[in-house]
Amino acid sequence: MASPGEASVDETHVGKKKKLPARYWQELQEEERKDENKVKSDGEQSKEALQQEEDKTQKAKKRKQDQSPSDGEKVKPEKSDPFPGPAPIPEDRLQKFKRKDKLKKPHRKQHKLRDIIARSEDASEMAQKQAARFDLLLPEEAGFLEGDEDEDTCMISQEDIAEAVDITSGAKYFNLKLSQFGPYRLDYSKTGRHLLLGGRRGHVACIDWASKQLMCEINVMESVNDVKWLHTEAMYAVAQKKWLYIYDSNGIELHCIRKFNDVLRMQFLPYHFLLATASATSFLQYLDVSVGKEVAAICTKTGRLDVMCQNPHNAIIHLGHANGTVTLWSPNQKEALVKMLCHQGGVRSVAVDKTGTYMVTSGMDKKLKVYDVRTFKPLKSYFLSAGAACLSLSQRGLLSAATGDVVQVYKDVCSMPVTKPYMAHRLRGTVWGLHFCPFEDVLGVGHGDGFTSMLVPGAGEPNFDGLDANPYRSAKQRQEWEVKALMEKIQPELISLDPTELAQVDQATWEQRHQDRVEVLGFDPLAKEKFVPKYKKKGRSSAGAIERRKKQVAHEEQRDVIRKSVEDKMKMEKERKERERKKAALSTQKSALDRFKK
Amino acid sequence: MQPGGPGIPQCNARSPTLFTINTWLVCSLLANIFVAIIFPFCKRVPLRYQMKVKVIARNPDDYVRETKLDIQRVPRNYDPSLHPFEVSREYTRALNATKLERVFAKPFVASLDGHRDGVNCMAKHAKSLSTLLSGSCDGEVKVWNLSKHECVRTLQAHEGFVRGMVVRYCGTSFFTVGDDKTIKQWKMESPGYGEEEEPINTILGKTVYTGLDHHQNDPVFATCGQQVDIWDEQRSSPIRSFTWGVDSFSSVHFNPVETELLASCASDRSIVLYDMRESTPLKKVIMTMRSNTLSWNPMEAYYFTCANEDYNLYTYDMRYLAKPITVHMDHVSAVLDVDYAPTGKEFVSASFDKTIRIFAKDGGHSREVYHTKRMQHVICIKWSADNKYILSGSDEMNIRLWKANAAEKLGVLAPREREAANYSQKLKEKFQHHPQIRRIARHRHLPKTIYHQTKELRVMKEARRRKERNVRKHSKPGSVPVVSEKEKHVVTVVK
Repeated sequence: MASPGEASVDETHVGKKKKLPARYWQELQEEERKDENKVKSDGEQSKEALQQEEDKTQKAKKRKQDQSPSDGEKVKPEKSDPFPGPAPIPEDRLQKFKRKDKLKKPHRKQHKLRDIIARSEDASEMAQKQAARFDLLLPEEAGFLEGDEDEDTCMISQEDIAEAVDITSGAKYFNLKLSQFGPYRLDYSKTGRHLLLGGRRGHVACIDWASKQLMCEINVMESVNDVKWLHTEAMYAVAQKKWLYIYDSNGIELHCIRKFNDVLRMQFLPYHFLLATASATSFLQYLDVSVGKEVAAICTKTGRLDVMCQNPHNAIIHLGHANGTVTLWSPNQKEALVKMLCHQGGVRSVAVDKTGTYMVTSGMDKKLKVYDVRTFKPLKSYFLSAGAACLSLSQRGLLSAATGDVVQVYKDVCSMPVTKPYMAHRLRGTVWGLHFCPFEDVLGVGHGDGFTSMLVPGAGEPNFDGLDANPYRSAKQRQEWEVKALMEKIQPELISLDPTELAQVDQATWEQRHQDRVEVLGFDPLAKEKFVPKYKKKGRSSAGAIERRKKQVAHEEQRDVIRKSVEDKMKMEKERKERERKKAALSTQKSALDRFKK
Repeated sequence: MQPGGPGIPQCNARSPTLFTINTWLVCSLLANIFVAIIFPFCKRVPLRYQMKVKVIARNPDDYVRETKLDIQRVPRNYDPSLHPFEVSREYTRALNATKLERVFAKPFVASLDGHRDGVNCMAKHAKSLSTLLSGSCDGEVKVWNLSKHECVRTLQAHEGFVRGMVVRYCGTSFFTVGDDKTIKQWKMESPGYGEEEEPINTILGKTVYTGLDHHQNDPVFATCGQQVDIWDEQRSSPIRSFTWGVDSFSSVHFNPVETELLASCASDRSIVLYDMRESTPLKKVIMTMRSNTLSWNPMEAYYFTCANEDYNLYTYDMRYLAKPITVHMDHVSAVLDVDYAPTGKEFVSASFDKTIRIFAKDGGHSREVYHTKRMQHVICIKWSADNKYILSGSDEMNIRLWKANAAEKLGVLAPREREAANYSQKLKEKFQHHPQIRRIARHRHLPKTIYHQTKELRVMKEARRRKERNVRKHSKPGSVPVVSEKEKHVVTVVK
């Protein structure tokens, strides 16, 4: 920065002043400066000085408008800020980060509580605003697909999409021709980087699918029912013909868990480190993978369990049954939390969306139904001519349904009536497994002829959270994440239909709490001990006298009770009278002229 | 909905369908000028390149650190739907933080030994955090360097007890009073080589002085004994003496905010308030038992807390002495000393029951209790001026240095460390009422005697309450009024 002294030295070669490009915010100031220059005895300023001044003015703009600059000669007339105050935040963004409604203010007498509530509300409001502001800065945007005017997006083929998008994205559309050991089930890891394939005839492979690197490939020489990643990409579970096995990413068998037999479907609850399995013997079992213990084994008594999904919002397991019901389970209860009759035939597939609002089911009656799982009410019902065998919901709410060898993707199924699929794709074999890849616009389809990775624009969440699931994490970061995640493993006891229940005030009545206490202790600590009369000498403790004394005490207690009840009655009577009096007074509203009435 | 309708293309690119050929045609002919001629004739050619498509394509460079010297990039997205179970996870974190707090709660820092008799009084240095003065029952005064845990100077100040000690507000000298009826002023720095250890100034009084305090910013100090005297530093006789029909006072304290006000505890169970500018005392409150000392709240000028013989501490508003604001219970023996934290939010008390307790200024029960096997009756207590440490002097000739916050990490914290500590603190606060967390946070190990005494006191209190209830039940309604715990301990207020 040039000092004023330098400016005077540089004066000599400043005959012509270089005109800077006009900026709308400078117009006024430019004019003023011209005026100033006329007045000034020096005449003109150097270019540097000009720039310097401009910098200053811009900085000043950034600061508050009403701050007057320090040197007197550069004082500008007051100019109102065209955008006063902090930048407004769109209402919908604020709504996105809203946690709960405002509390009712407590009475003024409870000033401490009032103060605490006011402070915490201020803090949460500020957090909400900051988060909403930060939302504007997120780097990525969601994908989309729009056809020409009279063109349906479902007519656009995968090849065309792959050709139209950039090379790296185009490479995400690929087929793996594995006709030998099919049909395939699949699972993506939580970060979306790794893919696990399990062929019906024993072929298990895990792949870093983005870089197309094969991590391991084994044949377990047994039929494979389901495969599932555990909390990291280092371990996965395979439900084989008889037992449940855990392998590591090199294909080495770590555990064979004989407590879990005939498993057909599995779900992993990542925040609870629980592997939930549904078996052919109608058992729903939970395995804590951090300590290797069976947390719960529930006999559902509903036959073969081959339809299963989890609610990612509250970690409740949904099971579909052959009689058309869907049941909801938590590890804390031997009975189903909820039983819903969803279809007239058997349930073929169930899926729950990320926010835990909607459940989509498909049944043998060839219907696709959408339910609100908060209220357990049906919202929409669609008829699919072939019926959907597999369902999967993406992070942004796209629904993929597999009907035979065709995969259809629907948009906004839950909110508005849909007539046409968003996308469709025909495969060579019957679809066996279907999964959206998290944080990518990719749908993985396992079928009789291998595996297909489809491009579904707009499926994945564009911005991931680095502390939760980071697809680009290094080994070190993964280790750190693992330690932290294990530290904050949620105990299975905390699984309930409403995950925010823990933050609510327990408003149990005194009687209720007392009853709980009695149950825990095994006796009533407040129970009145039975009156035992003292032994008195000199013949005063004859049987009759003892009886009399007992009666006396009993009467005394009785009198207390009666007195209290009478008092209560009197009080209520008094209140009633008071109320009536007030009512009467209100009904005969007096006017100023009433006093003249006789 | 027509699944698998005619418009659904095949996935196999090699199969010679109409579509692939057409697409190929378009590709090859796009550049061709014949396009314009052919187009009107082939209506069935779908124009694939007019669709708009975007898929997520991230550049890994935006998400991976550039060099190994950088820290890892952590992109955030605070969308609540990406963070499920936030309440349960926060609860788990809070539970872990609470457990860790109890694991790391190691409050004892150091013990300073060297006195040859019980430590009777202590004084904080006005300017230096690391300096502490202590006087013992044999008349010895020691100056300590707390950061090095060593004694830097020893002087024989009095014959008999050193009763009171205070550092002048400038920190260059300090005053002591002792059982030998003298007030002595000493220089803070030790005498040079060959010089005698001598006081700057000695005042010979008529009676024994039991306490001493210095004005915040004037050369005036106050002593107490048989009366409360106000002294000018330049004079050898008091400029003012206050008496109110009492024979002796145990302590006197200047108000740190309203600097002309004083309070003293008298042996007739009263607390007397004075204004230095007036010739007579302001008012006094008489309690059921004697108060040993008191401490003014350094942030709220009206409030002071007194340490009482009846095992309790009482916080008073000096405007309304009729009943205390809060009664602080938990000690199981007489409370001997009390000192406020410089923030005014907490205070620490020392008791004859061999424990130190920390109370919130408006908390009825202590949040913390410190004890060791070796510590005997704690006679004097100080809260350090940086709000981090507590110093206790006890009967068995030791001065102990404690952390004010038992689980706090000492030393400089890295910014991320501090952030994590603040975060876990907030979480603990948020979930403090959950039964599991409260149980862990409240658990303290107590010496057996204190544990049993506490229980015994509880039983006694319950018995008294029951008796009173029964008396009320069997007497004329209204003749036995309900007296609250706060009102119970005040006899009267005299003006």
